Amino acid sequence: MLFKVFPENALEILYDVLAPYPLVGPQAKGKDREDKDIFVFDYINSFAELRLDFPTTIHSVKKFLLPSRENLCTFNLFDGDWEKYVDFNIYKPHVFFGLHPCDINALNKLDKVLTGPVYPDPFYSSKRKNMFIIGVNCNPQSWCFCKSMGADTVYSGFDMFLTDLGDKYFVEILSATAYDILTQLPIADPSEADHRRFIELMDERNRNFVCQVDSSDLTKILDLEFQSPVWQEWGDRCMSCGSCASVCPTCYCYGVKEYVDLDLTTATKQRQLYSCNLIDFAMVAGGHNFRPDSPSRLKYRYYHKHRGFQEAYEEALCVGCGRCGQACLADITVPDVIDSVRRQKVPK
Amino acid sequence: MQKIRTYLGIEIKYPKTAFFELSSCEGCQLQILNKEATLLNFLDLVEIVNFREVMSNRSNDYEIAFVEGSVTRADEVTQLLEIRQQAKTLVALGSCACFGGVNQLKNRFQNLEWVKKEVYGNHPIETQEVRPLSDFVTVDFSIYGCPVKKEEVEEIVTNLVLGKSIEHPRYPVCMECTANGNICLFNLGEPCLGPVTRAGCDAWCPNNRMGCWGCRGPADDANLRQLQKIMDDHNIPRQAMFDRLECFGGFTSAMKEMDR
Ligand code: SF4
Ligand code: SF4
Ligand code: SF4
Ligand code: SF4
Ligand code: SF4
Repeated sequence: MLFKVFPENALEILYDVLAPYPLVGPQAKGKDREDKDIFVFDYINSFAELRLDFPTTIHSVKKFLLPSRENLCTFNLFDGDWEKYVDFNIYKPHVFFGLHPCDINALNKLDKVLTGPVYPDPFYSSKRKNMFIIGVNCNPQSWCFCKSMGADTVYSGFDMFLTDLGDKYFVEILSATAYDILTQLPIADPSEADHRRFIELMDERNRNFVCQVDSSDLTKILDLEFQSPVWQEWGDRCMSCGSCASVCPTCYCYGVKEYVDLDLTTATKQRQLYSCNLIDFAMVAGGHNFRPDSPSRLKYRYYHKHRGFQEAYEEALCVGCGRCGQACLADITVPDVIDSVRRQKVPK
Repeated sequence: MQKIRTYLGIEIKYPKTAFFELSSCEGCQLQILNKEATLLNFLDLVEIVNFREVMSNRSNDYEIAFVEGSVTRADEVTQLLEIRQQAKTLVALGSCACFGGVNQLKNRFQNLEWVKKEVYGNHPIETQEVRPLSDFVTVDFSIYGCPVKKEEVEEIVTNLVLGKSIEHPRYPVCMECTANGNICLFNLGEPCLGPVTRAGCDAWCPNNRMGCWGCRGPADDANLRQLQKIMDDHNIPRQAMFDRLECFGGFTSAMKEMDR
């Protein structure tokens, strides 16, 4: 990897160079009950809107790759015949300015499934190939457990990665495009002092992780505790609302539906992101539901993420961003659920 | 005479369709006439033989009947039974028809005579306890909402004409709300019935930063016990929650299990 530094005030130059492209980044959208800023990823229209100091966002950047609803194709219907039109719904390369390590790791996980050799998803892949990603280091929040999931640092899946050293930015460069762009900034090689500062900052960041998940032997423990009563307790709380999957940067499940237009001459095939917690997720033709009760559905979510995916890819389908727990009105959080399985006790 | 039309080479009939209203604000019928961009195509999908809000023709020869409104008078019961006799498919249009709607709020009062006096004074008027259509006749399917969502009506009517099955989302509004990228209203300190209300409106109210009032009734297996806990945890007074749950009548039976 190549490392450079550039002065703090050159960030705006970087923004200006990239501004001609559709640029997505963290921005403040409203205040919460404690009058703190709430952040989301959205299109940025001015440098002032871009808030790289954001703690976290409510939603991930998933909607730009896997929109909650996406038209897969449209049809023209004729007398006894039809024509099909496919559009991957990406017209320009997008810049993603300010993704935390967890969110870049989440994209790397999605890639394993959606760009993999078996069933590559052209809609996802075409958007993914047209991303220019600038990562940025974060300060762990009280609910972040990315460290437990091995997702607190990121080694691939971005073009450049920024760490704020105070008066300058430390950049990790991973692509030729990123290097070319950076040559338009006053970049320099990091000094010995910059190395020290970077390592100190990383140590400090490490010390700030307070939330943890003990994932040792987790696949085995989940196998052993398939019938555990804790699933019943969590399921009784769950409202089967799917918010956890909506905000999750790694959930990718969807359903497909066809809509015929009112004039009966055109039709659309649309996919809609779904959640395994929704009541009809496992409902099949004829109406049989393999997971009709909410405890079995909630359990399934955990078994997919921390057992099935782990066994298939040797990593969990979770980066520990904690968004699901923050979004869940029933206070169902990954650390609490996994801890309860280990201890057989559900916190009230 | 209407032209012959086909869908993928198969001839599709124009079903004779009638619209009726019982006690209601007629807002759902008005919704159907909204959205000019698709109105002509919509009106072309079926052969409308009865629709008081748009035309003066009347006919009692129809296959599909859309009935808006709740039952509040004896003559409405008679009218509803007649419609049921004629229609092959009877559709409850909107929350009044499905659950009683806003009208059923008066059922909360023990003494309906007193209510009548308060509202109408000495006018001679007949009004009884408010009931949804399904208390009197078999309803083939319901279109929820106060008012109904035009896009949803369009999809349902298209499927009806094509003979496709009619499905409603079984999950709650939260799914649509979070999918739309909204910030949850509970985060902002406002109550919302999204966690228990059937989706399908695309989170209409939360998208516009208003908490859901549950106009589409309960989602499948709605978890009202947990809703109560969420309201408590967010310091929302119980009464504020019950006011919402009672507003459209969809939660009447589900609420019986909640403690006041
Ligand atoms: S775990 Fe929470 S967010 Fe997920 S479906 Fe259940 S109640 Fe909704
Ligand atoms: S399961 Fe929860 S913590 Fe894990 S990646 Fe998804 S939202 Fe983040
Ligand atoms: S099965 Fe559930 S947990 Fe797994 S990706 Fe799908 S929605 Fe997410
Ligand atoms: S605002 Fe309402 S509908 Fe949206 S997520 Fe929150 S509770 Fe659910
Ligand atoms: S958000 Fe709730 S009250 Fe508003 S339209 Fe939808 S179901 Fe009705």
